[in-house]
Amino acid sequence: MTDAPSNLGVTPRGAKPRKRLTPTNIMLYGTLFVASVYYLLPLYVMLVTSLKGMPEIRLGNVFAPPVEVTFEPWVKAWAQACTGINCDGLSRGFWNSVQILVPSVVISIAIASINGYALSLWKFKGSEVFFTILIFGAFIPYQVMIYPIVILLREAGEVLSAVTGTKIRLMGSIWGLVIVHTIFGMPILTLLFRNYFASVPEELFKAARVDGAGFWQIYFQIMLPMALPIFVVAIILQVTGIWNDFLFGVIFTKPDTYPMTVQLNNIVNSVQGVKEYNVNMAATMLTGLVPLIIYFASGKLFVRGIAAGAVKG
Amino acid sequence: MAVTDGAQEVSRRTISKRPNRLFKNMTAKIATIPMIFTALVVFIGCTVWTIYHSFTKSKLLPAPEKWVGLDQYERLWSTRRWLVSIENLAIYGICSLVLSLVIGFTLAALLDRKIRGEGIFRTIFLYPFALSFIVTGLVWQWILNPQFGIQGVVQRWGWESFTFDPLNNANIVIYGILIAGIWQGSGFIMVILLAGLRGIDEDIWKASRVEGIPAWKTYIFIIIPMMRPIFVTALVLIAAGIIKVYDLVVAQTSGGPGISSEVPAKYVIEKMFQSQNLGQGFAASTMMLLSVLVVLIPWAYLEFGGKRRD
Amino acid sequence: MNYYKATTAAVAFCSAGAVSAAELEVTHWWTSGGEAAAVSEFAKAFDATGNTWVDGAIAGSGGTARPIIVSRIIGGDPMHATQLNHGRQAEELIEAGLMLDLTDVAEAEGWTDLVNPTSLLDSCTVDGKIYCAPVNIHSWQWIWLSHQAYSDAGVAVPSNWDEFVASAKALEDAGKIPLAMGQQAWQSSGAFGVINVAVGGPDLWNKINVEKDAEAAAGPEMAKVFEAAAAARAMAANSKVQDWNQATNLVITGQAGGQVMGDWAQGEFQVAGQVAGQDYTCLPGLGVNEIISTGGDAFYFPKQDDPEIEAAQKELAKLLLSPEVQVNFNLKKGSLPVRGDIDLSSANDCMKKGLEILAAGNILQSGDQVLSADTSGQIEDLMVEFWNDSSYSAADAQAKYAEIIAEAD
Repeated sequence: MTDAPSNLGVTPRGAKPRKRLTPTNIMLYGTLFVASVYYLLPLYVMLVTSLKGMPEIRLGNVFAPPVEVTFEPWVKAWAQACTGINCDGLSRGFWNSVQILVPSVVISIAIASINGYALSLWKFKGSEVFFTILIFGAFIPYQVMIYPIVILLREAGEVLSAVTGTKIRLMGSIWGLVIVHTIFGMPILTLLFRNYFASVPEELFKAARVDGAGFWQIYFQIMLPMALPIFVVAIILQVTGIWNDFLFGVIFTKPDTYPMTVQLNNIVNSVQGVKEYNVNMAATMLTGLVPLIIYFASGKLFVRGIAAGAVKG
Repeated sequence: MAVTDGAQEVSRRTISKRPNRLFKNMTAKIATIPMIFTALVVFIGCTVWTIYHSFTKSKLLPAPEKWVGLDQYERLWSTRRWLVSIENLAIYGICSLVLSLVIGFTLAALLDRKIRGEGIFRTIFLYPFALSFIVTGLVWQWILNPQFGIQGVVQRWGWESFTFDPLNNANIVIYGILIAGIWQGSGFIMVILLAGLRGIDEDIWKASRVEGIPAWKTYIFIIIPMMRPIFVTALVLIAAGIIKVYDLVVAQTSGGPGISSEVPAKYVIEKMFQSQNLGQGFAASTMMLLSVLVVLIPWAYLEFGGKRRD
Repeated sequence: MNYYKATTAAVAFCSAGAVSAAELEVTHWWTSGGEAAAVSEFAKAFDATGNTWVDGAIAGSGGTARPIIVSRIIGGDPMHATQLNHGRQAEELIEAGLMLDLTDVAEAEGWTDLVNPTSLLDSCTVDGKIYCAPVNIHSWQWIWLSHQAYSDAGVAVPSNWDEFVASAKALEDAGKIPLAMGQQAWQSSGAFGVINVAVGGPDLWNKINVEKDAEAAAGPEMAKVFEAAAAARAMAANSKVQDWNQATNLVITGQAGGQVMGDWAQGEFQVAGQVAGQDYTCLPGLGVNEIISTGGDAFYFPKQDDPEIEAAQKELAKLLLSPEVQVNFNLKKGSLPVRGDIDLSSANDCMKKGLEILAAGNILQSGDQVLSADTSGQIEDLMVEFWNDSSYSAADAQAKYAEIIAEAD
């Protein structure tokens, strides 16, 4: 790949269809429309279900549009749904999620980008071994690792306490959660950054080295400004992953700092009498809103960034 | 890989005065301490710890002194639930690998043909990736509900004998999960492959058009082989997702009906925490890690071993 | 009435005497309508002492909550109090010294004399020390019958298991599900246990579950139990719900004839405004062997290094067993109180039946008390498969069951 990464992913390269209503074109758009139905159906079902009242849900089918539109399920999901004795819906989890999200995204991406940079441009003996181990880590189911990670964090907290002389607890603090997200986001992000930096023209790097620039100088002054597209991809991936995380969120936080997904699980799994599908769907959509907005807003940047990062093998 | 070799030459030259090899590329080594730590302590350390304890009779707490040899493995492989889990993972894995790639590539190729509204279609295919598996499972559980969902609607249209109830039919339940899994993940694969298609030189299309080669032949014989590295990346991403499948099953079926949609990750968790039998859970984890290695070693060989030769 | 006065006085004393108020985080998985109403009785009473109950409900039954509870305790960041089914689940945590010793509270409050049956406290005791506060007795040994379903089908409400089986056909003809069953593993396993006690009798159950007699598990008496379970499986074939209270809802709305479920189902009938004996009937021991199994919930208090928290933990422990809280909580939860000395005159018919059986001493230990979590898990795996796969024959399932019992610890 000799193209500079930023030029990629802008224009379609495939054969250009010439006329408007050729059989090929009908096939083409026909297929795309059929596929769109499959992808859109769940969103449509979520939306119409969340706008129906319970009696209508029990009678009608899932695809029928609501006869009587009601926003009550949304209100209930956001502010009133109960778990245990707390009846304040998803609202209490929203800011908690944001507070977890921001440091986790920033730190995990900072570390992974440095990894990728070092692995592609500053290789040292054994660096590829570490990278292979990281990729191995990408395959490890998180659940399998919970037990050792919990013990590791406990021990790390004790070591830190002994070193600093103050009581530091990583378990149950937001920093423990940030560390866990950094660890488990590292494999895929490092892969992306490594591939990206490996496709940077070598003249650029050589010239900077000849000028006497060091590791950090090249990183901050040359690589960082160039790497914007891949940062966008990394941010999108991490925001989605961390926002949607339930398992780590519930283990490493406490009731007053539970992220939104824990509330979602509680609402969806707390059956009080009958299952309130409309409230469940509204809660589902509310929880998915942040990543959804990011996807709708930055779809093009995402493709461009992926093109920049994944093209090189 | 000329870039990186160059870098190494440069650094070798500048730092060669120092006698100790440990200090070569020192800054890079310091900067990657978090990664080295993660790789060695978390991934390797925890894996070794897990494997060791799979040979013990640990219950709720790790008991390194209660060595029982291969007992846990014997029990594991004589447990019906584990065998069903393995079978399900194999079916789900193969289908999801093939379907993700086929659907992802087809959509990417269609979108790459200078169509109108590319952005809209791309967003439509990609948005499910923004949703968690818990959400995905819930929605598809609802759509596949025999009473209210697709089956009920078709029956009300007059086709009384129509049955489509994958989540309540033990024989096909894993395909019900597959429908949801593909829905969630294939858009991302499409984007990756689309990015790959965009990286193909325009001249190749021009040449094939001049030669009069049909578009589908160009894709299969020229474009796809050229995109090998992209497919490898896509493969890594899909495979990593497959072995982790857990949330989706829990949200959609909880492993039911009966044990017909159980998966290995679920077995691990439940044996570890619910049955309080860490040894058994770790034995199952070890089997999963082993299968990862089987996939990964050939990959690492291709990725690094292959390059050193040229 | 004296007890009420005594408690209010005690509560007043505590709130005055407490050095400073503490916030206690309490995890539990009580999230259904009736359960949430019950747990808020604890919270109210505890808040009244000047402390604060921070509710850490985790929905999705013990299966979702237990990994979280266990990993937090092991990770050194424990909650201040947590629900667990009492029995052998916490044994190792106690042995590792992670749980608070409540012996002094128990002695001061005289738990050993109050708690009835005493086996409840035995389950909390390790090496002569008491580590948990039992809060209720939940018996699995019930079937709940919908009056509406039977009147729709034009048959009388059955008064025992045999009549129930005989009436199944009529219900099916009327388009009803004879037996409502949720599909989760613990429900399959629990319902089997109830059928086991009713059809095979308590002695057989004890032989297998307490003495771990694999021969009895493979024997002809047990074969009858498996046949009965297979028949029940056929009756539940059209019940396609997941959660236990969705199945209960089928009974409440008259879509299903009955449900074999523990007495916590009562809370759901209560929330739905139904009256025992009028809208629904409950038969202990399936109307065959009237018996109560004494499983239940208990609260454990993970050790903390803050003496103020520890004082509040002990206060909560004391409060959980106080007469007034026991009455309020158990009325809402539909369970039986753990102390024999309180007046439950406001209890409904079903609870009164349960209390009578308890007073008569017809009790059985619960599975949680006698089997290890590992063995219970294996039985659950077997049962959930058996109940959901009609091609799994009774004989095959029994053979597998006997194998599990032979290896039980």
